[in-house]
Amino acid sequence: MTQSPNTTAPSPTAEIGLFDGRILKAAAVQAFAKLDPRGLVRNPVIFVTALVAVLATILAAREVASGGVNAFIGVQIAIWLWFTVLFANFAEAVAEGRGKARADAFRATRSSARAKVLADPSRRDVWQAKDIDDVAIDDVILVEAGDTVPTDGEVIEGVASVDESAITGESAPVIRESGGDRSSVTGGTRLVSDWLVVRVTARQGETFLDRMIALVEGAKRQKTPNEIALDILLAGLTLVFLFVVVTLPVFASWSNTEIPVIYLAALFITLIPTTIGGLLSAIGIAGMDRLVKANVVAKSGRAVEAAGDIDVLLLDKTGTITFGNRMADAFEPVPGVAERDLAEAACLASLADDTPEGKSIVDLAARKFGITRTDRVGMTFVPFTAQTRMSGVDLAGGTAIRKGASDAMLRLVGRPADAALEGIVRKIAMSGGTPLVVARGDRVLGVVHLKDIVKPGIRERFAELRRMGIRTVMITGDNPLTAAAIAAEAGVDDFLAEATPERKLELIRKEQAEGRLVAMCGDGSNDAPALAQADVGVAMNSGTPAAKEAGNLIDLDSDPTKLIEIVLVGKQLLISRGALTTFSIANDVAKYFAILPALFVTAYPGLAVLDVMGLGTPQSAILSAIIFNALVIVALIPIALKGVSYVPSSASALLARNLTIYGLGGLVVPFIGIKAIDIIVDLLRLA
Amino acid sequence: MTPDLLQAALYAALLVVIAVPLGLYMARVFSGEATFLAPLERALLAPAGIRGEEGQHWTRYALSLIAFNAAGFLVLFLLLRFQNLLPLNPQGFDGVPAHLAFNTAISFVTNTNWQSYGGETTLSHLSQMVGLTTQNFVSAASGMAVAAAVARGFAGRQVRTIGNFWSDLVRSVLYVLLPLSVLLAIAFVATGMPQTLAASVDATTVEGGRQTLALGPVASQIAIKQLGTNGGGFFNVNSAHPFENPTAISNLLSLLAILALPVAFCFTYGRMVGDRRQGVALFAAMGVMLVLAFVVLYAAERIGNPLHAGLVAPGSGNMEGKDVRFGIIGSALWAVATTAASNGSVNAMHDSLTPLGGLVAMLQMQLGEIVFGGVGVGLTGMLLFVILTVFLAGLMVGRTPEYLGKKIEAREVKLAALTLMVMPIGALALAAIAIVAGAAQGSIQDAGPHGLSELLYAYSSATGNNGSAFAGFNANVPFHNTMLGLAMMLGRFGYIVPILAIAGSLAAKKTAPASAGTFPTHGPVFVVLLVVTILIVGALTFLPVLALGPIAEQVSILAAKTF
Repeated sequence: MTQSPNTTAPSPTAEIGLFDGRILKAAAVQAFAKLDPRGLVRNPVIFVTALVAVLATILAAREVASGGVNAFIGVQIAIWLWFTVLFANFAEAVAEGRGKARADAFRATRSSARAKVLADPSRRDVWQAKDIDDVAIDDVILVEAGDTVPTDGEVIEGVASVDESAITGESAPVIRESGGDRSSVTGGTRLVSDWLVVRVTARQGETFLDRMIALVEGAKRQKTPNEIALDILLAGLTLVFLFVVVTLPVFASWSNTEIPVIYLAALFITLIPTTIGGLLSAIGIAGMDRLVKANVVAKSGRAVEAAGDIDVLLLDKTGTITFGNRMADAFEPVPGVAERDLAEAACLASLADDTPEGKSIVDLAARKFGITRTDRVGMTFVPFTAQTRMSGVDLAGGTAIRKGASDAMLRLVGRPADAALEGIVRKIAMSGGTPLVVARGDRVLGVVHLKDIVKPGIRERFAELRRMGIRTVMITGDNPLTAAAIAAEAGVDDFLAEATPERKLELIRKEQAEGRLVAMCGDGSNDAPALAQADVGVAMNSGTPAAKEAGNLIDLDSDPTKLIEIVLVGKQLLISRGALTTFSIANDVAKYFAILPALFVTAYPGLAVLDVMGLGTPQSAILSAIIFNALVIVALIPIALKGVSYVPSSASALLARNLTIYGLGGLVVPFIGIKAIDIIVDLLRLA
Repeated sequence: MTPDLLQAALYAALLVVIAVPLGLYMARVFSGEATFLAPLERALLAPAGIRGEEGQHWTRYALSLIAFNAAGFLVLFLLLRFQNLLPLNPQGFDGVPAHLAFNTAISFVTNTNWQSYGGETTLSHLSQMVGLTTQNFVSAASGMAVAAAVARGFAGRQVRTIGNFWSDLVRSVLYVLLPLSVLLAIAFVATGMPQTLAASVDATTVEGGRQTLALGPVASQIAIKQLGTNGGGFFNVNSAHPFENPTAISNLLSLLAILALPVAFCFTYGRMVGDRRQGVALFAAMGVMLVLAFVVLYAAERIGNPLHAGLVAPGSGNMEGKDVRFGIIGSALWAVATTAASNGSVNAMHDSLTPLGGLVAMLQMQLGEIVFGGVGVGLTGMLLFVILTVFLAGLMVGRTPEYLGKKIEAREVKLAALTLMVMPIGALALAAIAIVAGAAQGSIQDAGPHGLSELLYAYSSATGNNGSAFAGFNANVPFHNTMLGLAMMLGRFGYIVPILAIAGSLAAKKTAPASAGTFPTHGPVFVVLLVVTILIVGALTFLPVLALGPIAEQVSILAAKTF
């Protein structure tokens, strides 16, 4: 990977270590800054924790002032309550810090260069340098070799190679040209050669780069729908425990037991879901970060969540399932013609054919028969046109060699196909291949079998998706026969042949009407409606601005296979959230068993049986529980940031696995943790 | 012990044998497939201008239900208040005092049947038959209607309506409650239960003393009391009274009647949502909890009170407050069944259960009556926990939470979280207020932790709409009659309205077809998950106060300490 010369920051897509010292230091400072109640209130559970910490501080201060018996323990409880809040803030700050590090790297790529604005798009020689902030949408600018593209735009004239490594990390320059599906340029990329006339499509501050920065920085992060719902439930549980704790001293008074308010505060905080409350936003930010690392920009967090829910993947055949180009696979001569003759003729006809198909014929002829023709003396090449639907060569002697679609060729030779030829053509078509008929003069020599080559490993990938409950549908412009053959070879669940943008849209609507969520990727302008309709629409960065506007995710690598990866990132985000929620709630059991006997054992000595952990003293039990409650947040930060490990499999298998680790673990771990802390607390005589 | 457990197993087997076909039959009734009483339905609905086939939006459905119950409350309240002016009052009882009439009217309208009064010494035959028995039918039918509407809502595919309350109400009574009650009443009469409009008779006992034997239309009221998870007895001591529960057969029939409809609703639900496995999963989760409850309660009663060692025959267990006719097993089964279903009828005194046994009874109510629970509403209460479970753990399969193909989103979670407040407010906050207000002390009979249990039991029973009581607690004072009345209302409508809202919201949603990636809401893993979630979210809430009540009492007994 090469760096673009005008940046010194690390590449945005590089791995950021979990324990990067600079990030941790900044996060530690941020943890205090985040005590600002205006920010805290966004997180109900942690906000409540902070309120209780304030209360506990006041109580502890009073106790110290009056020299009460609970002064020492009270101060410690208050301190650990503050730590709980700080740890939660810290978790969020670390996640944001990692995002910010990535954002800084992006920001470094942003050009400070001025834009060359053309007053008249047709005259490239007259331009005026303007500050990028003064450039408006639809202004036309000139970008020349060596320039950094100042902002996002659409190429309206010219062809140039562009170094996009600043945003994609891919060092090989790519071609950008007007018209077609490679007409968009991204701000921050650099022209390596030639020039482009570009129509500006985004104002400074609204470019993809800006969006990406805003997203990973997390500052302006909107909560996703599922996060909002989870927040509501956590707030509800907090309220339930408030009833429990507030009524408890009244019931205790019946037994002439007085519970110090500071103990109640400790009980309350250990019971409410502080663990997941503290980690929730870190999990969300980290999920986004993983997506960025995969070089995908999400326009909203919602899209990432939706990615996890996808039921149907619409995959373009070309580029995703197959290598994109049909290649010559065999020469099939008609009876009476030697295979070598056919190969030679086909090779000659393809010498000047620069299409991948043409090259593959020359290659195959060379591989099979060692035919290498370099001298082209006296040859006149006939290029392919949509009208003739054939191409070829006229040799010096006047012999015409042509290759082309079967019907066009038959028209050329002026007679119907004989049984043998028809048999070969049908056989190739049936197998999903494309028959290319070759004729010398008016004699048909045989057929070249062009074939779509399915990418290795893709079949296994689809089987994995199937196990996850995701259906794959191959989208192709091929005829149904060809499509069926490739679909069978690649192992997709279904296919849409002779696809047009309209039919694609129709298919998406049909699936959605049946309640399924659909993901697709696309790059052309005519893909835009389908991209907008799909629940997850991944636009290729190389695609047209219209497509990029319609999609809710943009793949900077323009790799259609990425769709599968995006689904996995979405799933991992949701699993991480669910696993830590489960863990957090399951923790409560142990905390009850630590604190309840501690509170009541004086009134009812027999309640010591509930103290299954055999904790030192009532005070140490309460202190250990609250310390565990705070430390567990820190301990889980790595899981929140990295995401729980995720092996694609069926829902039942995932559930069983995660329940065992995080459910059962959540029940057991705190018993061990609280006991261990209690031993230390006893050793240090803290209580 | 073996014969005891055989009895329990036989009971469980009979219960399932009855409940499965009954459940499937009810599904046909609520889906409008069983129509043999259609003319009668029309005859009842048409005069009110109601067309039963007209679906209602959930808000209309809920409003209809509330309006119907409010009217029922008003009628019953007036009937009780002025029973002295009305016929069929052979004993010449006075009008019921306002606070007691308020409490009793709410109690019967909410299907709680908490009885602050002694039936045979307070209420006229008219009050019992027209007032209470009517509500026994229609309060149960209201709960059944809710279950039907919720099942429809959960199964709905982008529809606005969840059925018609009036039609569901009428169908519940006509097709289910009335015929079953008639059959059961006849069977009860055959076991020797009285069914008469005569006044009490005076009898001379064998020892020559004189005794007043209260009589009345007992069998008819007891049949619906059990079937409709009502529990309000004709006599003050409820099914421990020999006229209310004369024989072993009447005891078995009653036990079956208590749980038959609540169990059947699991299967009704499975069929109505088009996936029987869903119903079976709920049945399994409830069943597991019922068996756990039975094992603990039975063991506690069997082992008995160690402080009584040497005072009673060895191995006789805790027979205090139990009828020797029923013994430990008959009483334990009943105590578990009646608190599992929000029935509340008793054949033994729950106040005299061992502390651990009492804890089990109390906890089943504190969970919100979801271990089968009240007719209809037990199922819907369990569905709220299903939603919470799916939401909390569902993410772990890598999809946003969904149940039956419906996305569980902020709105559903908000409503479900709201219902989580009901039991803490009703059973904890109101009970605490009673202590703070100084109203608890005068009503509690026992000192020490048992006294706290008595108070807690009363408020748990009222909020859970159960209606059983620890007899040591005197609730018939204005403070408790009022507060318990509020608790009953909260416990009824605090669940019904949110779950109807959820049903309405889910009905309008798209249904995603299940795939290998869908969170499975059937099968053993889910059943275990659901039970554990209920225990952690529902039960742990009450652990602190239970530690101060029954648990403290139990450990004190073990330490030979009394209060």
